[in-house]
Order: sequence, then structure tokens, then C-alpha cells
Amino acid sequence: MPDLSFLLAQSLSGLTAAMFLFLIASGLSLIFGVLRVLNFAHGSFYMLGAYLAFQFVLWGGMGPGRFWWAVLGAALTIAIVGGLVERLLLRHLYGKDELYQLLFTYGLVLIASDAAKKAWGTQQLSLSRPPGLTGSSRVFGTMLPHYNLFILLLGPTIALGLWLLLNRTRAGRVIRAAALDREMLGALGVNVSWLYTGVFMLGSFLGGLGGALVTPVRAIVPGMDVEIIVEAFIVVVIGGLGSFWGTFLGAVIYGQVLAFGILIVPAFSIFSVFALMAVVLIVRPWGLLGQPLGT
Amino acid sequence: MAARRRLARVPWGLLVAVAALFVPAIGSRFYTFVATDIAIMALFAVSLNLLLGYGGLVSFGHAAYFGIGAYACGILMKVHAVPFSVALPAAGLLAAVFAALFGFFCVRLTKIYFAMLTLAFAQIVWAVSFKWNSVTGGEQGMSDVPYPDLSGLAWVPGLAGYRTSDHFYVLTVGLVAACLWILRRVVRSPFGRLLTTIRENPERTEFIGVDVRRHELLAFIIAGLFAGIAGGLFGIFNRGVFPDFAYWPKSSDVLIMTILGGMGSFYGPAIGALILIILNQEITSYTEYWPFVLGTLLITLLFLFPGGVVGALGGLVRRLERMRRA
Repeated sequence: MPDLSFLLAQSLSGLTAAMFLFLIASGLSLIFGVLRVLNFAHGSFYMLGAYLAFQFVLWGGMGPGRFWWAVLGAALTIAIVGGLVERLLLRHLYGKDELYQLLFTYGLVLIASDAAKKAWGTQQLSLSRPPGLTGSSRVFGTMLPHYNLFILLLGPTIALGLWLLLNRTRAGRVIRAAALDREMLGALGVNVSWLYTGVFMLGSFLGGLGGALVTPVRAIVPGMDVEIIVEAFIVVVIGGLGSFWGTFLGAVIYGQVLAFGILIVPAFSIFSVFALMAVVLIVRPWGLLGQPLGT
Repeated sequence: MAARRRLARVPWGLLVAVAALFVPAIGSRFYTFVATDIAIMALFAVSLNLLLGYGGLVSFGHAAYFGIGAYACGILMKVHAVPFSVALPAAGLLAAVFAALFGFFCVRLTKIYFAMLTLAFAQIVWAVSFKWNSVTGGEQGMSDVPYPDLSGLAWVPGLAGYRTSDHFYVLTVGLVAACLWILRRVVRSPFGRLLTTIRENPERTEFIGVDVRRHELLAFIIAGLFAGIAGGLFGIFNRGVFPDFAYWPKSSDVLIMTILGGMGSFYGPAIGALILIILNQEITSYTEYWPFVLGTLLITLLFLFPGGVVGALGGLVRRLERMRRA
């Protein structure tokens, strides 16, 4: 039996992974909650966010503060790309079968992965940690990089910010109303069409931000899009599609299951998360904190 | 109209199957290779369409049953030296058993949740085949699945000069044709009609006393059975079985074939398989960016020809008829 400090350290590493996942999955969940579109391309936004952050750092250098501008620039670019995709293409598929929307976003995945390969090649890229967060501290007996600590704090901060946006502002109220009844909202004089674009942009922004922030921790490689989208699906399904705190909870559970699954039965840690997803879908299809769809 | 009815009476399926038998005699070894691929994937796609087109059930994990069939057939033939005539039906049966097990839970969900659960089960199958080294060969997969003993076919006049892979092709065409014939019977049976009714309006179908879930489950099992047979054939054709067979891009590939051909007709998915495989061969010969082409094709298709190739052709034929009558 490993000692307590080791378990805590393991749990912290799971938690760090969970915070990244939360950033990405919250965008996916937001888009599903309002637009009812399951966006396969969300993983591609994450990947492109990472590549763009790399590119911006390459252009701007790694001076103090430069990294953060690169991250912000990447996330904003992705938001604009998302807005264009929604405005020009996706909106024409809203009335159609869900299958068409799903396959459309899958088509985007294929295109984006090849475009990234063409632009940045297939070799692994990586960024060093930004100045100011290069050190590490001893936490529970293991060294924890300051950048990871920063992510551990940033996750809940962004969660809180998003929650305030959704629950304490007028824009948030309108977004929540759109998730419930878009026709009624339109009748009340809200421009639902642009609201959808806005929500899609916000969701894409979160995906791109997750990708940009992950660059100092993980290698930037082709295939990271597909890897993350499967994980993000699991997280939102466990927590509840369209549920905000559900996504947070799902991400935390996912991180812990993965971190401890590796300790208990290493071979079956991938298996355990898919099994968890299947069990949740069977017992509570709408997820742990979600609400049944009343279609 | 009369011309159309006369055209419809021609047994096209049989003609195509017989014509396909001559591919090894005319074309090179490469053509036979591509034709085998097309025949197997056609069966896989048509089996999916029983759910997608006829039942209105979007399965995002059909590769699970393809993979299970492939592993079952491969393990039986390679490790246990079971003859092909036993191994292939066993593979189909095992896939059907898993389809029954997974489907039992899946048909309880609707729409997007159904798709997600089929995906989750397929990922479980993939994860198990990826990690269970002692049985599936794990990440490396299982290579050198033997060809079935087809020396009997050499006695058939005209087949004597064929290679083993040609013999296997002839066998594949025969088996796929038989499976498609059975599936066509299923679709045209009262059960098939009911399945379409459920797709159109599940509530009403429930009202007239039909057990909707049981019918959907049965469709799920039949689709799994034939996907398993396709998988078994594919493992032999591919000379090996790998975890990729059950991975989700495989599921989306077969979905794309189905949509490309048109899920509104019985043979549409088979035509989609034909087009996609030939296109893949052509395009990969001069660019490595096949996914880019596929993605562009898929999006164009969704916007311009949502009924697929067969749907678009059907529309064209109707328009021509109207012009002639006018």
C-alpha cells in the first residue's frame, strides 16, 4: 500500500489533467446545451489552439508576458474560426437530422488534421514554461511544477467566471433561455441566430484556450485532436451534456479514475473510463448532474 | 413509368454478383484485391444501414461487431485451426451475441444518447482488444491469419488457374451475395416494414401494440451478425486483425460510405463503399492528404446531396421522366 503523500500527489496530477479537460469539455458542453450540436471538431479547435500558440511564440519570442499574449491570441483566433464555421456552414444544418450535424463536424476534423499536418509537419513540437512559472515546489513530498499549480488555480477560476457569466449577467440569462426554448426567446425579440454564433464562438474560445495553455505541459502532435475529443466526450457524458457543474465534476472524476486506474490495474485504465461512461449512460443517460431532455 | 418497372424487374443484384466473379479473369491481382475490399465493406455498410436507414438508429459504434467478428474468426482459424466453414458462422454468432448484450442497453436510449452509448461500447471493445495481449495480440494485433482451405474450388471449371487470393475473392463474393440476399429478405419482411414504421413514428407504433424496443433490438442483433461476418472475412483478406478494426474512425468510415451511397435505398451503402474505396485508391496514389479530400467530400455531400449518390440519381431520373411526359 503506497503511503498517503504519494496518493495525494497522484491525485493532484489527476486534478491537473482534469482542469485542462474541464476547459475543453466546458466549451463542448456549452455548445451542446444551447445549439444541441455535438461538435466533433472541438478537439480540432484544441489542437489548432496549441499549434497557433506555438506559432505566435515563434514569431513573438518567449519574453516576459509574451507567452500569455500568444495564448490569448490563439484562443481568440480559434473563436473567430469557430464563428466563421457556424455562420457560414453549420447554421444551414440546424433543421436537419442530428446525423448530418455530427458528420459535418467530423468532416471538419478530417480537414483540420490534414491542414495542421501541412502547416506544421508531423514532428513533435513543444514550448517551454513561461518565465515566472518555470520553477517547482515540493507538495506532498513530490515536486510539482509551478505551471501545474497555476493550472490548478486557473481551472476553478475559469469555472467560477463562466458560472458568473451564465448566472449573474443578462447575456448568461439569455444563453440559458436559449437552451430551454429558442422559439420563445426569438418571439421575445432576442436575435437567436447571432446568439448561436456567439455561443459557438465562446465554446470554440474555451477549446482553443485549453489547447494553447496545454503547450508547456504536453507535446503538440497530430492526433492530439482525436485523443482529446474522446476524453471530452466521456467527461460531458459522465457529468451531463449541457450541464455546467456536471462538466466540472465529470472532469474531476475522469482525472481521478485515470490517475488511480493506472496504479491499480495499469492495463485497464482506458477500459475503466469507457466502462464508467457506459454505466452512466445506462443508469442516468442525462449524466450525473444533467437534466433529462424534454423533447 | 413502364420502362422503370421493366428496369426494376431485372435482378440487378444477381447480375452484379455474377459479373463480379469475372474480375480475377479480366483484371490484374490488384483489381481482385480492391474488389474483395469493396465486397466486404459493402456488406458491412449495408448491415449498418439496417439500423441507420431502415430503423433510424444512428450507431456510432458499428465497428465493435466488425472487430469482434474479425477477432473471433481469426483466433479460431489461426490458434485453434478451426475450419473456415465453422469459424465464420461462429464469428457472426459471437458478434450477434455481443450486439444483443450491448443493444439491450442501447435501444433504451434515444437519439444522441443512443449514438454515444454505441460509441462507448465500441471503445470498450477496442480498449480490450488493445490491451488483452494474451488473446488478441494487443497493440501489435494478430498477423498471419490463414486463408481457408479452398482447394475444392480448383475443381470448378474456369477457376483452376486462379491464385489462393482469387479463390478467396470468389468465395467472398458468393458469401456477400448470400448475406445481402438475406438482408434484403429481412428488409422486405413484415419485420422490416415495422422497422421503417418505428423510424417514422415510434410513439404511434407503440400505440398500435408493437414492442418498439424489441424490434429495434432485433435489428441491432441482425446488423451486428452481418457486421461480424464482414469482419471475419476482412480479417482473412487483410491477413491480420488489429485493434483499429473496432476503433471509432472505422465506425465513422462505414457511416460515411452509407451516407455517400444513400441510406434511402438498399444497395445505396454498397455503392457508397464502391465509390469510397476506389476514390481512396486513386487519391492516395498521388497525395497523402486523403483525410482532407474525404472531409471536403463529406461536407459537400451533406450540403448538396443529402440523399447520397443513389438519392441524387433517383431525383435525376424522376426529373427526366417528368420532362418526357410534359
